[in-house]
Amino acid sequence: MTDAARYETIIGLEVHAQLSTVTKMFCGCRAVFGAPPNTATCPVCQGMPGSLPFINRRAVEFGIMTALAIGCGINAHNRFARKHYYYPDMPKNYQISQYEEPLAEHGRLVIDTGPGPREIGIQRVHLEEDVGKLLHEGALETAQSSSVDYNRAGVPLMEIVSKPDLRSSDEATVYLRALRAIVVYLGVCDGNMEEGSLRCDANISLRPRGQTEYGTKVEIKNLNSFRNVRDALEHEIKRQTRALDTNERIVQETRLWDPDRMVTVSMRSKEFAHDYRYFPEPDLPPLDVQPAWVEAVRARLPELPEARRARFQAEYALSAYEAELLTQGRGLADYFEAAARAGGKPKGVANWVLNELLRELPGDDDRAIGACPIPPANLAGLLALIDDGTISGKIAKDVFEKMYRSGDTAQAIVSREGLTQVADEGALGAAVDRVLGEHAKVVEDFRAGKKAALGFLVGQVMKATQGKANPGLVNRLLIEKLPKV
Amino acid sequence: MAALASLTAHELGARYRSGEATPTQAATEYLARIEALDPEVRAFLTVTREDALRRAAAADARFKAGTPLGPLDGVPVALKDVLCTRGIRTTCGSKILERFVPPYDATVVARLFEGGAVLLGKLNMDEFAMGSSTEHSAFFTTHNPWDLARVPGGSSGGAAAAVAAGMAALTLGTDTGGSIRQPAAFSGVLGMKPTYGRVSRYGVIAFASSLDQVGPFARDAEDAALMLGVIAGADPMDATAIDVPVPDYRAALGQGIEGLRLGVPAEYFMDGMDPEVEQAVRTAIATLEKLGAHTEPVSLPHTEYGLAAYYVIAPAEASSNLARYDGVKYGLRAPGARDLIDMYSKTRAAGFGAEVKRRVMLGTYVLSAGYYDAYYGQAQKVRTLVRRDFEQAFSRVDLLVAPTTPGVAFKMGEREDPLQMYLNDIFTIPVNLAGLPGVSIPGGFTQAGLPIGLQLIAPAFDEATLLRAAHAYQTVTDWHTRRPPLST
Repeated sequence: MTDAARYETIIGLEVHAQLSTVTKMFCGCRAVFGAPPNTATCPVCQGMPGSLPFINRRAVEFGIMTALAIGCGINAHNRFARKHYYYPDMPKNYQISQYEEPLAEHGRLVIDTGPGPREIGIQRVHLEEDVGKLLHEGALETAQSSSVDYNRAGVPLMEIVSKPDLRSSDEATVYLRALRAIVVYLGVCDGNMEEGSLRCDANISLRPRGQTEYGTKVEIKNLNSFRNVRDALEHEIKRQTRALDTNERIVQETRLWDPDRMVTVSMRSKEFAHDYRYFPEPDLPPLDVQPAWVEAVRARLPELPEARRARFQAEYALSAYEAELLTQGRGLADYFEAAARAGGKPKGVANWVLNELLRELPGDDDRAIGACPIPPANLAGLLALIDDGTISGKIAKDVFEKMYRSGDTAQAIVSREGLTQVADEGALGAAVDRVLGEHAKVVEDFRAGKKAALGFLVGQVMKATQGKANPGLVNRLLIEKLPKV
Repeated sequence: MAALASLTAHELGARYRSGEATPTQAATEYLARIEALDPEVRAFLTVTREDALRRAAAADARFKAGTPLGPLDGVPVALKDVLCTRGIRTTCGSKILERFVPPYDATVVARLFEGGAVLLGKLNMDEFAMGSSTEHSAFFTTHNPWDLARVPGGSSGGAAAAVAAGMAALTLGTDTGGSIRQPAAFSGVLGMKPTYGRVSRYGVIAFASSLDQVGPFARDAEDAALMLGVIAGADPMDATAIDVPVPDYRAALGQGIEGLRLGVPAEYFMDGMDPEVEQAVRTAIATLEKLGAHTEPVSLPHTEYGLAAYYVIAPAEASSNLARYDGVKYGLRAPGARDLIDMYSKTRAAGFGAEVKRRVMLGTYVLSAGYYDAYYGQAQKVRTLVRRDFEQAFSRVDLLVAPTTPGVAFKMGEREDPLQMYLNDIFTIPVNLAGLPGVSIPGGFTQAGLPIGLQLIAPAFDEATLLRAAHAYQTVTDWHTRRPPLST
C-alpha cells in the first residue's frame, strides 16, 4: 500500500499576515520595511520603562475585514493579553497578543485542489504585535556580537489559525494561496512572503486511516514561501511515515525547516516548551467591537477573489485557469476588467495580460500593477488594432514593448513608425514577385513537392516588408502565384 | 523655618502675583534647605539645581510680564523617582536603572512643566515601588523627619519626607497598594491616590499596571486640589486614563460638609491595631460630625481577603512589567556573560534587590500553567467582591472614613519579616483593588509625637468631595500645620 493509502495526513496552518497600516499596532511609529535600523521606533515600541500601548483602530478594522471575508463571527468583547518569553528581539519580553478573547472565530475558506470544492474551517483570527530583528555578526552560533533592530517591533500582525482540516501538502498550499489572495484583495497585507509580510507555521500529524483520534503533532516553523510549505510538509510526511512504520515514537515538538538541506530540524520539545503565562493586558481596556462598526466595515468590503473568479468565468467566458490567475491580486483583476470594459475582447485581454504584461512587470502585486506604464485602455487600444487588421500579431508584440517603454498609445507608435499592416494586394504583389524572382531554387523545391519551402517564402516577403505585410494575404498571393512562375 | 519654604503652594503663588516674592527666591531657599537637611533626611536621589534655577528664572519673567501659566507656576516641586524625566536620571530606586536617563517626560511631568512648576529633584523610594518603608531602595533609606530613627513609610517615602521636612512645596508619588497614603500618614502630610484612570500613567515606571496611580503629597487640601487639577485628565498616550471632565477642585473646597454622609467601616478597626491610632481616628470622626456630617457604620466584609488578592495580582503584573529589564536595551548589563541566558541571569541577579526578586518569583509562579486559575483567577474574583463591598457602601454614604494604617512609623530595621511589612497596607490595598480615590490627612499625633493618618475614601471620580471633606477638617484642626523638629 502507498503511504497515502495507509496514513491520513492532518495539517493545520497558522498564518501571520503583517498588516499594511501606516502606523504600528500600539504606537504612532511608521510601519515601514527597510528603513535604517531603529529609526522607526519610539519609547513605546522599544519597550522603554513607563511607556504604554494604545490600539491602532485601523489595524482592528483590517482584522475585521479579513475575518468577515472568511466568514468569521466578530467577538464584540475583545481583549489583548500578554504572552511571555525572553528573547532580545522582543523589547518588553512579552508580546501583546490575544488569547482567550480573540477578534474573531469560527470561519471557513473554500478551496479546490481539483476534485471539487472543500471547506476548511478557520478557528480564529487575532491581532498582535510583531517583534524586532536580530542582526548577527557572522553565524548565530559563533557571532561575536549581535545587534537588534526594533523597526519591525510593534508592526501589526494578524494571525489566522485554521482548523486541522487540511489533508495534504497540496491542500495546504492551495489554502495558503487562497488566504493570501484574500488579504491582498482586501489591501490589508501586501502578501510578500519573501519580505516576511506573510509567514506560515504548520502543525502536522499522521494517523492510520480509519483512526479517529489525532496522532502526535509536530509544529514546523520558518515556512516563508509556497515552495517551502510544500517541501517541508512533504518531508515531514515522509519522516513521520517512516517513524510510524518502524514504531518509533513521534515527539511533540517544534521543528525548523531548513530549505538548503531540505530537512526539518528539531528546535525544542514539549518538555522545554515555553510557558507563556498569558494574562489579560492591564494597560489596554477591553476593546468593544460594536455591531454597527462591523456592519460599516462589511458594507465597504470589496468583491472577494472567490466571487470574482466565478463572475470572470461567467461574464467574460474565461477558463477556470485564466480566472484563477487573474484574480490572484485585486490590482491585476481590476486591470483586466478595466481593459475588457475599454473594449478589449476579454479572451484576448486575458491572453495579453497573463502572457505579455506579466512578463514585463517586475511582479504581480498591486504595487507593480499600479506602476504599470500601459494603462488598461491602451492595452484595449492595441488589441483593437490587431482585430481590425491594422497590425499583425507579431508587430503587436513589438508595439506592446514600445508602449511599455514609452507609455505611448499603440495608435501613436504605429503611425509614428509606419507599422500599419500592408494589406494592399497591388503593393504586396510586387514584393511577392520580387521574392519569387530572387529565389528560383526554392520555387523549384516547392514544385518538387517540398511544401516547407512555402514558409520560407512567406518569411522572405515579411522581411521585405519589415513585417508590415498581412501574413494571411501573403500566403494567399504566394499560393496563387507559385504555379505561374 | 525660613519664610518662603514654610508656605503652602497657594500662599506662595499669591506672593508671586503680588510681587512680594519671586520663584527664584523660593527655589534658592528650597535648594538651601535641601542642602542643609537632606544629609539627615535623605529624601533626594537626585537634586536638579541648575534645572530648578533655570525654570525659576523663566517663571520670574512670566510673573514680571503678568502672564503666569497657572496656579503652580514657579512652585518648587519634586518627584518620586518612578516618574520619567527627560534628560534627568530616573532610577526607580533600583540598581538596574541606576544610570537610566529617559528620552521622554511622563505625562504628569510634562503637565507640571507646562504649568510652570520648578523641579527640585527626584525622590527616594522602595525599589520599583515595592515596599512600605524605603528600606528596599537600592541606594539608601529615607529617614522620617519626625523621628530620624524611624522610616517615613513607603514606597513613596522620599516624596512624603520631602514635603514634611519643607524640602519641596509639593511632590508627586505613586500608590499601588498604599504607597502614597501610608507614607503620608507616617510623615504627617496629605497624600492622595486619585481614582484609577483619573491621572495618566504614561511615563510612570510600571509596578502593577491595574493598580498604579499617580497622586500628590501636599501640606493642605487646597494645595492637593491645585496639583490634582494640573495632572488629571485623559491622555492619548494612556488607554486606561479615562475621559472624564476634570472639575475645578479648588472651587468646591469652601462648601463645607454639612449633611455629608460618612460611613465608618467596621473592618478597619481591627484587633491589634495601635490604640492611639484608633483613638485619634475616633476623635477625628467626632470632629467631622461637629462640622455637620452624619456618620453611620458600614461593612466591607471582604477586606480581610484584599491583602491576599493583592499579593497575587500585584506580583503577577510586576513579574511581567519587569521582564524588560534584561540588559539588552538600557540600564544595567552585568559583565562576563557566557551567553544570552547567562546575561539575563547575571543582569537580573545583580540589578534587582531581594524584595523585587521575591515578587517577580511570586508573580511568575501564580501565572504559570496549572496555577493560573487557582491564584490569579481566584484573586480577580476576590477583587470583584472587594469592589462590590465599596459599591454597596457607597449606595448609602458619600465617603468612608477610617485609619490609613493600623500603626504609626516604625523604626528602621524593625520589620524584617516581609509578611509583617505587608500588613501595613491592609487598610489601603482594598481602595487600589477597587480603583477608588483615597486621601490620607494628618489626624493627630501619638504621645511620642508621631503623626497619625486619617483616611477618607470616595466613589470613583469623586475626588472633589474627598478634598472638600479634607479641607473642612483642616479648617478646624491644626495637625497639618505642625512641622517636625528639624534644625537648619
